[in-house]
Amino acid sequence: MERYYQPEIECASRDQIRQWQSERLVKQVRNVWDNVPMYRKRMEETGVSPEDIQSVDDLYKLPFITKDDLRDEYPYGLLARPLNECVRIQSTSGTTGRRVVAFYTQHDIDLWEDCCARAITAAGGTKDDICHVSYGYGLFTGGPGLNGGSHKVGCLTLPMSSGNTDRQIQFMTDLGSTILCCTPSYAAYLAESIHEKGLQDQIKLKSGIFGAEAWTEEMRRDVEEKLGIKAYDIYGLTEISGPGVAFECSAQDGMHINEDHFIAEVINPKTGEVLPDGEKGELVFTSITKEAFPLLRYRTRDICILSREKCACGRTHVKMTKPLGRSDDMLIIKGVNVFPSQIETVLMNKGYAANYQIIVDRVNNSDTIEVQVEMTPEMFSDSLSVVANKEKELVAALKAMLGIYAKVKLVNPKTIARSEGKAVRVIDKRNLYQNK
Amino acid sequence: MTVKQISVFLENKPGRLSELTEVLSQNNIDMRALSLAEAADFGIVRLIVDDIYSASTVLKDADYIISITKVLAVEMPDEPGALSKAISVLGDNDVNIEYMYAFTTRKKGIAYMIFRVEDNEKAIRVLQQNGIRPVCQDELQSL
Repeated sequence: MERYYQPEIECASRDQIRQWQSERLVKQVRNVWDNVPMYRKRMEETGVSPEDIQSVDDLYKLPFITKDDLRDEYPYGLLARPLNECVRIQSTSGTTGRRVVAFYTQHDIDLWEDCCARAITAAGGTKDDICHVSYGYGLFTGGPGLNGGSHKVGCLTLPMSSGNTDRQIQFMTDLGSTILCCTPSYAAYLAESIHEKGLQDQIKLKSGIFGAEAWTEEMRRDVEEKLGIKAYDIYGLTEISGPGVAFECSAQDGMHINEDHFIAEVINPKTGEVLPDGEKGELVFTSITKEAFPLLRYRTRDICILSREKCACGRTHVKMTKPLGRSDDMLIIKGVNVFPSQIETVLMNKGYAANYQIIVDRVNNSDTIEVQVEMTPEMFSDSLSVVANKEKELVAALKAMLGIYAKVKLVNPKTIARSEGKAVRVIDKRNLYQNK
Repeated sequence: MTVKQISVFLENKPGRLSELTEVLSQNNIDMRALSLAEAADFGIVRLIVDDIYSASTVLKDADYIISITKVLAVEMPDEPGALSKAISVLGDNDVNIEYMYAFTTRKKGIAYMIFRVEDNEKAIRVLQQNGIRPVCQDELQSL
């Protein structure tokens, strides 16, 4: 039987959801107009005033905001509440240069944890469960979000954080974890390690909530089979709150967006035009209940399709497909956001040629990134150690910029293909996005 | 009293070395010595050639990254103990050898050792003081 954390909200009528959205949107627009100078300026530039927004039907009138705006306003520019009302900061994964900082009031944390609690309940979680959270804790929203949601549901919560696989498996078997929350690639890695140790009969997992990176149906089936669980997808982004913006139900066919908190639109990324349900486009969110860090029409750059068709689980909130791609060149590697421009900046700073190629792959369920750089006369020396040291310096500089290890491969000049138009900078061999 | 060595960057990939030797042979570059140093993903080929100017030109034209370094080419009798003596002279005088490799020529009973050291002048001085003879570029070419 399907369980709900907040059935009166999750299964509310479409009219009711629309009414909530309209009321909250009108209030939120007034709030940002009054409290966030950037919004007022943008709205004035677009020729919209708070009076023009009477319901969700007027949402299209508002200007979009992007990650660049967030960066420009770093750190406090988009705060809608005094800092002394905020109780938490989270930040996007490990990237410098494009870091985004989000603020939360206690109320924001509460609502975010409710969203995560809905996801855990949809995955069968109750107060009798032991919820094993192997997302990273810290600035990354994964650990704190699911941790809070697990508390709300009343699960016994294991704040494992990421890494130390042996300890993860030991706790899992000794304490009898029943729900696993982590990235899909780590779930696959854990599943493999458990099999290698022959411990598959000693784990009591029944379900898993896996998100923060793209994964395929093949990967889902593989993890489900190896761990004997049902695997649920979860979607979110720090800018909007964190995990739990959308979550999968027992139907395992798309993720319900928590529409009482977030209004979702899909737009044509080139023109900005709003597309009807069923059409593929860029996902845009408006956070209508956020106090500290509200975002209006935030462009996620994730490509997906929305559907309001009746779901077998009984929930009425709109469903989104897994992200089918990006409308920018951002890569998600080990859950960390990586832009090719960051890599280019490091290469330039270190005196390498602008000709490079980024090879992304997934080996043994773990993402790998290799940066191929053409050798230059200035970098070269007859001494192996001099060249090897320069290579090491580059690896360290990339690590500092990206927050993850990137392998460097020095290659012969003119071996990286040059094209007439836009160079092919990234080769992603993972094929994570399924074409629907 | 030094000779010029050409170092060539090579990506560690099958066929890269044969491409290099092919370029050299097509341009009639005669090699005196070759040594290969390898790291995980790349290698450095070090060459002693007769005609340093034409060798470096053809390699650059073929888009190789090269670097030219002055190294010592030391003549020694092709017999046990000769190398050991040269190395102890350098060691005793605190001359650090970064790398070295050997070659012979048509000259019977004589071997040559290439030494890459930090301080060429000092190395030449201490070797000569001990009766060991570094050869110069012209001499190498006439061998």
